[in-house]
Amino acid sequence: MKHLLSTQDLSKDEAVTVLDTAAQMAATQSREIKKLPTLRGRTVVNLFFEDSTRTRISFETAAKRLSADVINFSAKGSSVSKGESLKDTALTLHAMGADAVVVRHWASGAPHQLAYSGWLGGGDDHVAVLNAGDGTHQHPTQALLDAFTMRRHLVGRVGGAPDDGVGSDLAGVKVAIVGDVLHSRVARSNVHLLRTLGADVELVAPPTLLPVGVETWPCTTSYDLDETLARRQPDAVMMLRVQRERMSGGAGAFFPSPLEYTRRYGLDARRLAMLPSHSIVMHPGPMNRGLEISAEAADSPGSVIVEQVANGVAVRMAALYLLLAGTSAEGSVQ
Amino acid sequence: MSSGVPSLTTVLGAEEIQRALTRIAHEVVERSKGAADVVLLGIPTRGVTLAHRLAERLAAIDPAFDPAVALGDLDVTMYRDDLRRNPTRAVGPTTLPPAGIDDKIVVLVDDVLYSGRTIRAALDAISDLGRPRAVRLACLVDRGHRELPIRPDFVGKNLPTSTEERVSVRLHEVDGQDAVVIAGRGADEGSAR
Repeated sequence: MKHLLSTQDLSKDEAVTVLDTAAQMAATQSREIKKLPTLRGRTVVNLFFEDSTRTRISFETAAKRLSADVINFSAKGSSVSKGESLKDTALTLHAMGADAVVVRHWASGAPHQLAYSGWLGGGDDHVAVLNAGDGTHQHPTQALLDAFTMRRHLVGRVGGAPDDGVGSDLAGVKVAIVGDVLHSRVARSNVHLLRTLGADVELVAPPTLLPVGVETWPCTTSYDLDETLARRQPDAVMMLRVQRERMSGGAGAFFPSPLEYTRRYGLDARRLAMLPSHSIVMHPGPMNRGLEISAEAADSPGSVIVEQVANGVAVRMAALYLLLAGTSAEGSVQ
Repeated sequence: MSSGVPSLTTVLGAEEIQRALTRIAHEVVERSKGAADVVLLGIPTRGVTLAHRLAERLAAIDPAFDPAVALGDLDVTMYRDDLRRNPTRAVGPTTLPPAGIDDKIVVLVDDVLYSGRTIRAALDAISDLGRPRAVRLACLVDRGHRELPIRPDFVGKNLPTSTEERVSVRLHEVDGQDAVVIAGRGADEGSAR
């Protein structure tokens, strides 16, 4: 593993290794001294061309907990607003001696371009690129933290496995991903990762919010949330944020009204009651309370939304460790 | 990991390992004036197994020692100084006794003591986990060639070796047999860490 660009690149063994490493990282985060010396002297650049709160803070926390130096770069207030290109920004970062670049970009494929263009050096001297969300393409660390959270709660069932399910995959876990799949890189990342780990995924969305070509994805689809909840009895329900900022025509272009969306696809108390008692409710955040998820559902005992944030730090620590700790020449996972 | 190399010499057999561990257990009790405050921390992989065996013996010698609350595993991977020289290592679990290690006498348990770098990493890890009253070091084999000012308190056997040789400890729980084996010259890398 030289870069973390897409969950499609991860084999099952690699994914389980990331989750197991994250479990050990999570264990260190309950200590009084949370900082580890592992990545001392290495530099991680957070390169954010798009707004983000939790992902940027999460990556920053993860890198700092591993003693790496962190440089934050956001497009606002930088030379990018003066028209600097991605290439020139990358060359600058390379000249400053970055060891890893965490990139979020509005354009799908920007992290791939950074990783393979040679702008950040190549061969032995390569800089690891971590995709922190690119356009509507991928957000691999979010999918990994979702899988980690599911494994913790659902593998071994009742109360979760004693050791957080270390070593196991998600075989047989039934997941429903509900909402704005069209604009969601979280959904794309999750569908591939969860399938790799052996889970069954069903996407539930209005026809206008399912992308063209979804039938080629390794999952099933449905237009009816009530029917999916009743028939499949999912172990985990992941609500997606309705991404109004990506809906150029305003919300009205994809569904008649927010109220109708909430009635047909929102997770409320009635739908919550349809779920098996062990089911967990997930949301990648930030939530539109009252639109895709009601306050009752977001604050219910089965909700793991806050825990997802905490697990995000552990998963990102694992990703940084696996990409940066080994020899720079041949960084294999094992 | 150690097969196929010519001239394997077994330097300790199963019974000698048992006797060495029993002696170390008595020395630990003697040195600490009882085993009430002793916490054993095994360093993965085989140090963990050795720590479990030592714990059984300590409990037999001094009933005040309860393995359930005085035995742990200490993974030092994230504290190593050679991470960048090797392919990425898997991080193992660290488990501490429920009461922690503050004001306890921590005895680190490892299989082979060689350069001392693993113990250096373990000392750093311990200082992040608490403040023990004392830290001591028990190892089954001391093969010399220290690269740091570190010495063991309890040694199963001193084994003068050349750096060309590879010393491996095999334990029943991990390898199916109890033995300490030296593989002769021609081996490419040291297995003893």
